[in-house]
Amino acid sequence: MPSLTLTVVSPEREVLRCDGVSLVLAPAIDGQIGILPRHAPLVTQLAPGTLELRRNGDVTHLSILGGFLEVSNDQVTVLTDGSERADEIDLARAESAREAAQRTLDESRHTHDDVLTTQARLALLRALARLRTVERAQRR
Amino acid sequence: MPSPLDLRRRIRSVDNTRQITRAMQLVAASRMRRAQEAVQALRPYATHIASLVERLVRATGEERLPVLLRPRPIARTAYLVLTTNRGLAGPLNSNIVRTAAREVDAAPPGVEVSLVVVGRKGHVALRGLYDLTAVFTDIGDQPSVRDITPLTTLLVDGFASGEFDEVRMIYPEFVNTLTQRPTVVRLLPVVLPEEFESTRDEDIIFEPDPHVVLEAIVPRFVEMTVYEAFLELAASEQSARMVAMRAATDNATELIESLRLAYNKLRQSRITSEIIDIAAGASALADA
Repeated sequence: MPSLTLTVVSPEREVLRCDGVSLVLAPAIDGQIGILPRHAPLVTQLAPGTLELRRNGDVTHLSILGGFLEVSNDQVTVLTDGSERADEIDLARAESAREAAQRTLDESRHTHDDVLTTQARLALLRALARLRTVERAQRR
Repeated sequence: MPSPLDLRRRIRSVDNTRQITRAMQLVAASRMRRAQEAVQALRPYATHIASLVERLVRATGEERLPVLLRPRPIARTAYLVLTTNRGLAGPLNSNIVRTAAREVDAAPPGVEVSLVVVGRKGHVALRGLYDLTAVFTDIGDQPSVRDITPLTTLLVDGFASGEFDEVRMIYPEFVNTLTQRPTVVRLLPVVLPEEFESTRDEDIIFEPDPHVVLEAIVPRFVEMTVYEAFLELAASEQSARMVAMRAATDNATELIESLRLAYNKLRQSRITSEIIDIAAGASALADA
């Protein structure tokens, strides 16, 4: 039976390399996409969110802080600014990052500091991606 | 002529210095290994993103290339100069500063120049010579990609908005422990991968479409290139420091040896003359 090889790389490290994957669910920029073996060649942009992979009945969740995904010949490559497996995520840190980002965002609304607003919004998205990944991993 | 006490003091002081330089040498050696590992860790990402950019460029076609890929007439060039925050790294920083000065002075007439400097050493050396557009001295020697985002944003936005028409980066390339080569590369407009051939790929689906993905990926590619240079800088800094500190340790050892020789000679001659005195005294007594 054909299967996928999934590689997740960030500039700092190779987060994951995994053979025999039967399904990859990824947060593409305009909606969740599912990739099965023998998928047509594809390149897409990813939004911050959760990447899910199934392998022999096991499910693994990874947080993705945005990036790009490429499918070619059953090789799925994810290039991301940062990614962590659900079990690597520090929940307390992610939660406090979310609060800090939310606070900065609220404050910057008043000051109309565009750079700060953008930065805070991105930080918020990153924190949310982490938190939701843990949530999804726990729900199973 | 120094007294034996003076010599002993100097030996102790040089020995203390040697302990410090040796410790710095060992620390630099282990940091260098870590920095080299970081360079290695970037490789898979770097190769993938480069090949992706290449394929996207081919799929987009030359007419619709994003602005970051398009060369234009140059009225103003920005130089990004990477130096270290700390010294005691041999000639590393002065080589970079010299290369930067030569680059800037060689700019064609009529082209204005902006300097963006990273690192305290470069800031101190260049601020008297040129107008600096921006200075970054708060980026550590083991930066993450996010640490350099403000810097790359400044360059990418500056280029996109027409503030400058070209960005060149000057950094020490880590060749090996003994060699760090000052290197100048063009950062923007992005230098396209060599094989820009028009062979048609298998039909790749691009979501949303190739030029949108390309627009999004090119800033990442630039960021990755800058990040790579930071890692090279870190590896170069540590190896230059390691070599400099090893030389300092060796010099201290040599100095201690020669001081000890002088001290022993002095001590020996004192003892000899004392014995002669005693012997002379004794024989004078015996003669009496």
